[in-house]
Amino acid sequence: MVNRILVGAHYGLKDWIIQRATAVVMAVYTLLFLVVVGAIGPDSFEAWRGIFAHGFMKYATFLFLVSVFYHAWIGIRDIWMDYIKPDGLRLLLMIATATVLVGYAGWAFQILWRI
Amino acid sequence: MAEMAVKKRRPKNLDLPTIRLPLPGILSIIHRISGAALFLLLPFLLWLLQSSVASPESYADARAVVGHPLAKIVLLGLIWFYMHHFCAGIRYLLLDLHKGIELEAARLSSKIVFAVSIALTLIIGAKVLW
Repeated sequence: MVNRILVGAHYGLKDWIIQRATAVVMAVYTLLFLVVVGAIGPDSFEAWRGIFAHGFMKYATFLFLVSVFYHAWIGIRDIWMDYIKPDGLRLLLMIATATVLVGYAGWAFQILWRI
Repeated sequence: MAEMAVKKRRPKNLDLPTIRLPLPGILSIIHRISGAALFLLLPFLLWLLQSSVASPESYADARAVVGHPLAKIVLLGLIWFYMHHFCAGIRYLLLDLHKGIELEAARLSSKIVFAVSIALTLIIGAKVLW
């Protein structure tokens, strides 16, 4: 019988930190976005597109979205680990989650750099 | 084997109908549900972002979708989920820093999270959707 004690090491520490670091990035961007939209009050296509055409906002938005995807990966993976007990199904769901999130990151890049 | 003895003596209360989830617990489960819902709605939100910035025609399409009464209700729910996840997340970051971990403070901060996130939802909903 293997009697490993799964505490005390660094199990999950990296993800724990990334979950919080991405949260801070998203929180700062959320406030920035609300201030920018509040100040500009974009009511036309040109004004709305102009927000994301701006170099800084384009990078900030991309950084925000990448943070969303990484944050979502950790959160959704935790949900699968909590509720899905069969290993095969759990692995399948994790792979599917990671796959769509990587796809979203590519999509987000495409959306922003076509502006 | 001392551990085993302790485990056996622990009281158990599995009388489910009598267990009431306290407010911080309700906050916690909504944090999870809102996170999952936001994840599921990501393709819709990315499509909305793409349409809104791609061309004047697609911008009009996006506005038409957002203007639909049914979409407004979904988006209002989405804004609430986002604001709840945001406010509850800040509370968790503070708890991580050992701020407000006492029972009373934790109960109070969960009330604040509900009040602030619902207020923000109504303000943003009123400004953006109606």
